[in-house]
Amino acid sequence: MNGGQDLGGVMGFGPVIDEPNEPHFHEGWEARVLGLTLAMGTLGLWNIDKGRYARENRPSSEYLNWSYYRIWLAGLETLINQRGLLDEAENAASKNVHALSAVNVAATLAKGGPANRKSQNPAKYKVGDNVTTKNIHPTHHTRLPRYLRGHIGKVVIVHGAHVFPDFSAHDKGDNPQWLYTVRFKATDLWGADKNPNDHVHADLWEPYFV
Amino acid sequence: MVRERPGVRISPAAPATKLLATRRVWGQNKWMTDHHHNHDEGSELSDTALRVRALETLLVDKGYVDPAALDELIDTYENKVGPRNGAAVIANAWTDEEYRQRLLTNATAAIAELDFVGRQGEHMVAVENTEKTHNMIVCTLCSCYPWPVLGLPPIWYKSPPYRSRVVIDPRGVLADFGVTVPENTEVRVWDSTAEVRYLVIPQRPAGTEGWSKAKLAELVTRNSMIGTGTAISPDELET
Repeated sequence: MNGGQDLGGVMGFGPVIDEPNEPHFHEGWEARVLGLTLAMGTLGLWNIDKGRYARENRPSSEYLNWSYYRIWLAGLETLINQRGLLDEAENAASKNVHALSAVNVAATLAKGGPANRKSQNPAKYKVGDNVTTKNIHPTHHTRLPRYLRGHIGKVVIVHGAHVFPDFSAHDKGDNPQWLYTVRFKATDLWGADKNPNDHVHADLWEPYFV
Repeated sequence: MVRERPGVRISPAAPATKLLATRRVWGQNKWMTDHHHNHDEGSELSDTALRVRALETLLVDKGYVDPAALDELIDTYENKVGPRNGAAVIANAWTDEEYRQRLLTNATAAIAELDFVGRQGEHMVAVENTEKTHNMIVCTLCSCYPWPVLGLPPIWYKSPPYRSRVVIDPRGVLADFGVTVPENTEVRVWDSTAEVRYLVIPQRPAGTEGWSKAKLAELVTRNSMIGTGTAISPDELET
């Protein structure tokens, strides 16, 4: 979706300010939101793409004005409500899920959530091939940023097939698709006045190509 | 008057023009925290804090969250995982050519040799800064960042100013960090749009021949592994 999260190339936000000796959390509740989001994520009731969509699918004014963990809180509330987890009759037992225990935290984080999957099809492209990204503006979750749509790039890495976020964010399954790192010239993306030496790379799935 | 906000130190030595310029920024560091809303909008901070506390209580009562696990998760990212992990990887690459090659060809496996694995580092790619190439990482769409080697991202990394500008004006962003890259050096920006996570291998500073891995790791800053900084020089380390 062309929401507030799709920021590449947008102007007007001012300089980047690096806060000296920045703490991990500026308020106590921010740490709780991080912990709650990670803990709830381990229940298997949603995936990382649904999580991202829950955060970005809101008025752009909210996305652009709220602090980072305020957006995380709103996203977590959305996911919890979608699954009815706080409905009066519901609890972990009724939902058939088990809370992450403290002794399993390290192992769970170490396991992570790999996104690579077996593919039914061979890769269509190889390193060095040119690809053209589609000019599309889906209303659903996508990881093809606006600034990379309708452009020609070159494949520099073939990663194998990965979970396709445009499907997995919407309960349509993993639908694994080949994932490539694609290299774009800064001058192609942003115009002839950019430095001709510079490039932008992004990780894009095969369905994003014409 | 420039009013200081908690955690933001404005150097008295900063030029007046710089202060004026930053004051004009729409909500300077507004993405840092909701705290500043207190001045204008009453009790949003406490509303949010109360809201989180209520949510936590409900989730614990209903058995979805074990409070001890919550504390362990927070402790992990506050105290156990951080850029010192990445610095160890970089120091290894600087001193061990075979390790450097493994890092460049299969970063996930090479980083796992040091036991840095898992969430938000499942698929790693290492990109190397040289005289000819300067790499920078970003996630324009959210805040993807290599947690096992760098920990949680700083606020600026996940806020609109960096995410919007680094892909269209990387050299301008570098200037914000006081870094200048020669015009004929290629700037490569890596937008983390999938589950691949990037780690920048900064250039090893001159004058560090024969240094131990531990000492070299002290030169490796978080920002140098994002690409918005360079490694500390031996001179800077002493001051």
